[in-house]
Amino acid sequence: MDEYAVTVRNFTKKYGEFVAVDDLSFEVQPGEIFGLLGPNGAGKTTTLECLEGLRLPDDGEMNIQGVDPQREPGSLRNMLGVQLQTSGLPGSMTVEESLNIFSAYHGVQPRTELLSRLGLDEKRKTQYHQLSTGQQRRLSLALAVNHDPKVIILDEPTAGLDVSSRSELHVMMQELKSQGTTLILATHDMAEAEKMTDRVAILLRGKIVATGSPRELTAKGSGMTKVSVSTENSTLFEVNNTFPAVTHKSIKEEYTIYFSTDPGPTVSAILDHLAANSDSLIDLRVERPSLEERFLEITNVGGTE
Amino acid sequence: MSAFTNHFLFEFKTGIRNSSAMLMLYLLPMGFYAAMGFIMVEINPGFKELLIPSMIIFAIMSSMILGFPTGLVEARESGIYRSYKINGVPAISILIIPALSVGFHGLITSAIIALTAVPLFDAAPPQNWLALLLISLLVVFTFSTLGMLIGVVSSTSRAVVLWSQLIYLPSILLGGMMIPLSLIPEAFQKVSGLLPSAYAMQAFQAYAFQQETIIEPWVTITVLLASGILALALSIFLFSWDSRNDSRSKSPLLGLLVLVPYVAAILYTTF
Repeated sequence: MDEYAVTVRNFTKKYGEFVAVDDLSFEVQPGEIFGLLGPNGAGKTTTLECLEGLRLPDDGEMNIQGVDPQREPGSLRNMLGVQLQTSGLPGSMTVEESLNIFSAYHGVQPRTELLSRLGLDEKRKTQYHQLSTGQQRRLSLALAVNHDPKVIILDEPTAGLDVSSRSELHVMMQELKSQGTTLILATHDMAEAEKMTDRVAILLRGKIVATGSPRELTAKGSGMTKVSVSTENSTLFEVNNTFPAVTHKSIKEEYTIYFSTDPGPTVSAILDHLAANSDSLIDLRVERPSLEERFLEITNVGGTE
Repeated sequence: MSAFTNHFLFEFKTGIRNSSAMLMLYLLPMGFYAAMGFIMVEINPGFKELLIPSMIIFAIMSSMILGFPTGLVEARESGIYRSYKINGVPAISILIIPALSVGFHGLITSAIIALTAVPLFDAAPPQNWLALLLISLLVVFTFSTLGMLIGVVSSTSRAVVLWSQLIYLPSILLGGMMIPLSLIPEAFQKVSGLLPSAYAMQAFQAYAFQQETIIEPWVTITVLLASGILALALSIFLFSWDSRNDSRSKSPLLGLLVLVPYVAAILYTTF
């Protein structure tokens, strides 16, 4: 049996002449949260839909827990949970009916506690078309995890969710991971990817252009640490002197922002400058490059690492 | 409860909860039945002979040819089948369970018509109630599978309207429902031979009402049964989960094979 929970090898998918995914390969370890990132049209959803058995690949191999999604769709259903980006349920189906029907098809008891956790307890008798977008997403998530699958695919799971639901989803994802469940997360939310994933792959025009843990990816970037300073007298605004390790600076509202290759000496020099000029500090922030900045760097350049 | 029972109960309740389904399953057939009972019988007393079978066929046809396939296409277009597929619902359940549910509703309206037409409109009563029930079941089978096939081969709701109306309107005009088949000009009778309603009317008249027919009774049963089996097989063969997926590998025109029993019957009666 494959050591990986999910394997994709040389996967290609075309729509007519358009190559949506081009010779893509990646693996996901058991119990890992793996992020698929990329701008719209990068091929994330196509890749996931082929893994889910909803589309046929033109070339390559796919494997989930030893099962080929195209050849063994019956075996796939009980080991895979999916929250689709675009899907629906019949408008007149109630929350409770959906849980009962799909549980019955999976041969498991409905886990009604999921409805409580996802804030749907009071909506049990509510028909699908009467639910808000966020409630529909939460129901979709409940259905994805209800049969306790080994692998769960979440396609933009937090789209349309309020802050508390998003937080609850993140807690659930960590719980699932701690139970050994493998999660594949496709998201546009870089903060979410940075917080939740163990590894990510960034897709651009159907190819993986960067892969690794969020920390590894950000470390591979330009390496600039952002030092944002706000002071009482704004003496830094007019100062043209350069502080140690600073490559460039910018001003945004009341903040002077320095991009530094070595933030220690930079911060120390800034504080010395303020003391010498009788200025006092209001706010000082030191931020390492975020995954979002790294993502924009990669996708704007459009090249491979 | 089993998956089948859960799913069937949901589909059955949808027929009552959903206003569009309610319209096609009950309001349209019952409204038309009341209108025909009050007006048509008054204008043409001979229509009493046709009232029960024609209104049963109309009720079944409205729900299964107009309503049922639209629901199938809308479900596919809105991604419901995708949700079903990833949650382990087999394709056969997606087709069969709604068909059974709509068929059950169709039988309820048929029963209301059969039980009220005599006291309300002095309609000719069936001579053989068991035959009425069995032929109603057969007609439900034939039309529900035909509706299923229309839903499967139609890529949009507009295509459903086109295919449905190709059956629905000619059935009312030439299917023996308003005018006895024997009174329809011979040239048009060939067109009638392509319509399931013509065989359904003849089957009801021969077996349940013991009236004279122009098509041999066994032919009517054979055509309805063969058409139903063929439509079911073609529906399963041509079923597609997702209209946004790859272009269909099987031509929807294969659905026209469902006409084979009707063409065979026309050839048989001609020669």
